[in-house]
Amino acid sequence: MDLPLAVDLARIQFAFTVSFHIVFPAFTIGLASYLAVLEGLWLLTGRQVYIDAFKYWLKIFAVSFAMGVVSGIVMSYQFGTNWSVFADKTGPILGPLMGYEVLSAFFLEAGFLGVMLFGMDRVGKHLHFLATLLVAFGTFFSAFWILSVNSWMQTPVGYAINDVGQFVPADWWQIVFNPSFPYRLVHMVLAAYLTTAFVVGAVGAWHLLRDNTNQIARLSFSMAMWMAVVVAPIQLFAGDLHGLNTLKHQPAKIAAMEGLFETERGMPLLLFGWPDMEAEETRYAIGIPKLGSFVLTHDWVGEVKGLKAWPKEERPYAPVLFWSFRIMVGIGMLMIAIGFWSLVLRFTGRLHESGLIHRAAVFMGPMGFVAVLAGWVTTEMGRQPYTVYGLLKTVDSVSPLAAPAVGVSLAAFVVVYFLVFGAGIYFLLRLMSKPPETGEPGLPEDEPIRSTGITPTPPLRTPDDPGVVQPGE
Amino acid sequence: MELDLAFIWAILIAFAVLAYIILDGFDLGIGILFPFLKNTSQRDVAMNTVAPIWDGNETWLVLGGGGLFAVFPLAYAVIMPALYAPIIAMLLGLIFRGVAFEFRWKANTSKVVWDWSFTIGSFVAAFAQGIALGALVQGIDVADRAYAGGWWDWLTPFSITTGIAVVIGYTLLGATWLIAKTEGEIQEQAYAWAWTAGIGLIVMIGIVSFWTPFLNAVYMQRWFAFPAILYAAPVPLLVVATAYSLFKGLEMRRELQPFLSALALFVLCFIGLGIGFYPYMVPHSITIWQAAGPDSSLLFLLVGALVLLPLILAYTAYSYWVFRGKIREGEGYH
Ligand code: HDD
Ligand code: HEM
Ligand code: HEM
Repeated sequence: MDLPLAVDLARIQFAFTVSFHIVFPAFTIGLASYLAVLEGLWLLTGRQVYIDAFKYWLKIFAVSFAMGVVSGIVMSYQFGTNWSVFADKTGPILGPLMGYEVLSAFFLEAGFLGVMLFGMDRVGKHLHFLATLLVAFGTFFSAFWILSVNSWMQTPVGYAINDVGQFVPADWWQIVFNPSFPYRLVHMVLAAYLTTAFVVGAVGAWHLLRDNTNQIARLSFSMAMWMAVVVAPIQLFAGDLHGLNTLKHQPAKIAAMEGLFETERGMPLLLFGWPDMEAEETRYAIGIPKLGSFVLTHDWVGEVKGLKAWPKEERPYAPVLFWSFRIMVGIGMLMIAIGFWSLVLRFTGRLHESGLIHRAAVFMGPMGFVAVLAGWVTTEMGRQPYTVYGLLKTVDSVSPLAAPAVGVSLAAFVVVYFLVFGAGIYFLLRLMSKPPETGEPGLPEDEPIRSTGITPTPPLRTPDDPGVVQPGE
Repeated sequence: MELDLAFIWAILIAFAVLAYIILDGFDLGIGILFPFLKNTSQRDVAMNTVAPIWDGNETWLVLGGGGLFAVFPLAYAVIMPALYAPIIAMLLGLIFRGVAFEFRWKANTSKVVWDWSFTIGSFVAAFAQGIALGALVQGIDVADRAYAGGWWDWLTPFSITTGIAVVIGYTLLGATWLIAKTEGEIQEQAYAWAWTAGIGLIVMIGIVSFWTPFLNAVYMQRWFAFPAILYAAPVPLLVVATAYSLFKGLEMRRELQPFLSALALFVLCFIGLGIGFYPYMVPHSITIWQAAGPDSSLLFLLVGALVLLPLILAYTAYSYWVFRGKIREGEGYH
């Protein structure tokens, strides 16, 4: 596509900032629920290991959450600064949905985060647990609304167009629960859970490799592997349904994902290939005959439309989609495989002994993020050249800004994000590399309060330096 | 009479923006005052006074921006590109100060970096907000539902002045908040800072108030012509009374009165601005009603806002209550 420079820069800026942002929610949505589960188990059983694991992960949660918040605030202003025409036109529909997100999700998260991080000894165990639950609900509501927004842009329904060209609501129910929304919500929330589970699993495995008697590491690893066993196959199923839904509403996207140019019956499922947009064919294609049609139409000789059915300028860019989709699905398959492997080891009682699976789990640690990003790239690039599918083109969405303004701000974002979030990721890794201990510091309950600390942790204190112990009140 | 949804929403958005200004105002003020604190443990205390609540405070900004997008999409679409540079600067500033709340405690050697990140981020965010305010007040070029000016239009002597005014104002909020939440040496210093910032703010309010009417005939008429002056006149008088209460409170070493007076000053200035703006959303080109989305959008969100806002206010108050009381040196929350 030959777009004006300012448009391209604005797109890169959006993609860059949102890609950084999504990494943190993908982790905090899952981790908030995990923390709620740990604290709930602690309240139920009173076992120390649960609250130790809780405290360990709480510090990590606090750091990622802060990064999620600040990168998210940027997102809510991006629509106006770089996509003002889009904002004017879709505001009446998308604005209220995002308004609900602020009112029902962001305030809930932010309001109870303080209590969750610092309030244990001020409010007591039970109210504290309630705060943790509310934060977890908040992250879920947030996903609910923002995915409704995104899905409406993919499959717009329930709207009318007024005389100044704005989309105006005709049926709110249809708008919120638009056709691709249920699939996207389920798929994304599962993705967040899987991503988190594999991070938790990797950290557990890392410490098991050093000391396989560490109770907290054993717990983390075991819980994570249960998630892999249960959730990864569900994700495959949900992803399949999501794909069928996309075939119905955005067939061009599917054609690009499959590298299919000619409309075909009984198309193969390509495992490898290089879609060539110029030559209109997929080179070096290796695939399984007829399986593609079967997966997409549940019929061995079902017909699937190829990219040639659309004019050139309406075709999404297949080389990226083909591969981003395969990366995501490939990682999904690896997750299923690890889950299965862990099950076998569990039943032979070697889950905490086998070094090999621990190494594999460490490798899989960051893979959830890769899959999430690959999934979003598939979704978002697959709907080009539109921002509101079939109705509003990307070129017509952008602000009346000069390329230098967008370019300078893009450069600023790139520098700042790499510096700041780079440092944050370094701190996260450092927290994770510290073995979880019994009597994990931070979050004092009835025991004496530790000094400096407030924020979930006292600043990286060594285990043998307990800090200045203050008498309780 | 039909419900004037656009008007109700204008009030609600104004409320969100005001809530943001005073709540995040004192957080940012503490950031600005950070380098003046004597040592690390004083900085720990100062940061601890806001650590559990800053995120909630900042969420009002998201409601202000998101609310504008939802109910006044045209205003959002015009204002954001017009204020492009200050908004981006504000966002970047908020990143630096927001992450500092966490990173500072995780760092060992780089702690000083995050102290500065906290200060500079807070300063830049405050200054950019002030500039944005000034640029909005001086007016924005609009043609055909879009911003029609250049990308430097926001930068004028007036907007720089409002930028400085907001920085000083937030410093006052921060200093008076510290008076209320700390004791001993920090509190002593905070009294002194509050004096300086208080005098500075009164001077700035004076300058901006006398300057504004000369920017545009509409403001002139609002403030000096009869009978509009009858509505407008009480505001400056109340400002004088509040300033008196502020300085009296500082002199008598009262702990809460200076903070409440500083809040009242902000509320009054905000009302003063509102009087100058009304009925425009984007001064002198787009009115509240022109900017508003369709009634069905306004109503849909209003239902949620009427249910959820009281809840939000309630649990925000709860959270402030949980963390009430003085923060002492070398001490966490308990
Ligand atoms: C599927 C989940 C998801 C997706 C696709 C997005 N977000 Fe997000 N966002 C969250 C899930 C989330 C969250 C889990 O709720 C966060 C992460 C950390 C946090 O504080 O809340 C969050 C934080 C967050 C915040 C800060 C809230 C606060 O002050 O507490 C804002 C303003 C946004 N987001 C806005 C956006 C926008 C405009 C997006 C789209 C372009 C977006 N988010 C995509
Ligand atoms: C859920 C809320 C989201 C909204 C409202 C949204 C909206 C948009 C908009 C307006 C654009 C610009 C138009 C364009 O150039 O394509 C865009 C592009 C893009 N978005 Fe999203 N998006 C959302 C979530 C995400 C997430 C979470 C990701 C994750 C990585 C993502 C990835 C991208 C990418 C990669 C592009 C650039 C596409 C391209 O260059 O062709 N989006 N999105
Ligand atoms: C296991 C097999 C999987 C299949 C068959 C599958 C299928 C799909 C499909 C078809 C889409 C595109 C939807 C669209 O049309 O826009 C998609 C998007 C996405 N996928 Fe997957 N997926 C799988 C695994 C995963 C895994 C393991 C993750 C992450 C941990 C993941 C995360 C995502 C995300 C974040 C998106 C973008 C948001 C959305 O549209 O839901 N997927 N997936």
